[in-house]
Amino acid sequence: MTRPRAVVIGASAGAVQALSRLLPILPGDYPLPVLVVVHVPPGRRNVLASLFAAKCNLEVREPDDKEPIAPGTILFAPPDYHMLVETDRTVSLSVEGPVQFSRPSIDVLFESAADAYGSGLVGAVLTGANHDGAEGLRALFEAGGTALVEDPASAAYPVMPRAALAFVPGAESVPLDALAKRLLDLAG
Amino acid sequence: MDAEQMDGEQIEDIEIRLLLEALFRRYHYDFRNYAQASLKRRLRQARDQMGLPTFSALQDRLLRDPATVSRLLDFLTVQVSELFRDPAYFRAIREKVVPHLRTYPSLKVWIAGCSSGEELYSFVILFREEGLEERTLFYATDINQDALDAAARGIYPLDRIRTFTENHQFSGGKSSLSDYYSTAYGHAAFDKSLRERVVFSDHSLVTDAVFAEMHLISCRNVMIYFDRGLQDRAVGLFRGSLARKGFLGLGAKESLRFSQYAGSFGEFVREEKIYQRRDP
Repeated sequence: MTRPRAVVIGASAGAVQALSRLLPILPGDYPLPVLVVVHVPPGRRNVLASLFAAKCNLEVREPDDKEPIAPGTILFAPPDYHMLVETDRTVSLSVEGPVQFSRPSIDVLFESAADAYGSGLVGAVLTGANHDGAEGLRALFEAGGTALVEDPASAAYPVMPRAALAFVPGAESVPLDALAKRLLDLAG
Repeated sequence: MDAEQMDGEQIEDIEIRLLLEALFRRYHYDFRNYAQASLKRRLRQARDQMGLPTFSALQDRLLRDPATVSRLLDFLTVQVSELFRDPAYFRAIREKVVPHLRTYPSLKVWIAGCSSGEELYSFVILFREEGLEERTLFYATDINQDALDAAARGIYPLDRIRTFTENHQFSGGKSSLSDYYSTAYGHAAFDKSLRERVVFSDHSLVTDAVFAEMHLISCRNVMIYFDRGLQDRAVGLFRGSLARKGFLGLGAKESLRFSQYAGSFGEFVREEKIYQRRDP
């Protein structure tokens, strides 16, 4: 297996609380880029990025289109845009229609990142009340990446993690409070 | 690499390259330098919805059945926008750019990649409210003829009007949006007087050239589908099209800082991605 080169995370209902127990634990020298999709309504920009920038040791922001993906940076998908990864490891954004009623969509990020990073990708589907992320996690898993799912028993909203586990039976189910350590171990 | 070991993903990449080459050689639509990730996604949707097993099968149909090309273009180009999408952008145009535009006796405005016209009508209404419409010629261009036809009709489903109206108000609108359309059969039809100063035209940022000197170009969420090289071509085209101190408006998450022409523009309203041509 290739050493991981990036982490992708998807979360929906309950996302802010869950991510608050995960992202701030990552140390300032965490070596991988972390790309995050949270289902948020269209509208104000940079809300989540500024919220987490204040809590995290890593740099947090919403990327511009074609921005290079740098290690040790947390990138939040901008509201009302899909966020994708190109094979040259830059971000591209899109305003194509919603996928699974969502823009940004977790599936869209995970599928494009799986194309770009292959087996060098770690993906985690967290709390949520819909089925977004399940197909993306399957694409990631089939490309040889490491598929993680928040343990539905610990998730505020277990529907999304359950759907992901049903789609990807080979995914690891990890309690939220153990997830940061798992991401650290995987980064090596 | 061992030829027998090539995986499905790599084969698909070859098929996509060949499909785009076929689309270009047969119909002169050039998507070869579009950003790959979202293009691939949209091509997969097109393939699946046409019920075809592979991109090679799609290529075969495309080459022999010209009706396929417009269906494919709909997957590749049509974007649903809103009137006054990102109201803060239009507020910045109104408050910061319009005072400069007032100093010109005549104006040319280019809505590049106008799709089904939402951005165009937003500008025409804003210019009418600001008393600039009569001295302005608007160019609305796109590569998709169906989208241009829709833009020239200016008819939108009624359920979208509420968002349009809110956006218009947040943009600092000085009139009521309902002054500009009439409703019938669940649709809102924008008044034809809004099109009197508009030229609709087929134009490609990928293959076509400068066609007039502009004071303002708005091209939002169009170049996000281009790769870096193609973005440079389009921005170069905009630079060549702008009058001295002309303005270029991009989408909220687009930036010229990765462009080879970054030095040719100054940030005029930084947070709204409104640039001004800078002359040496």
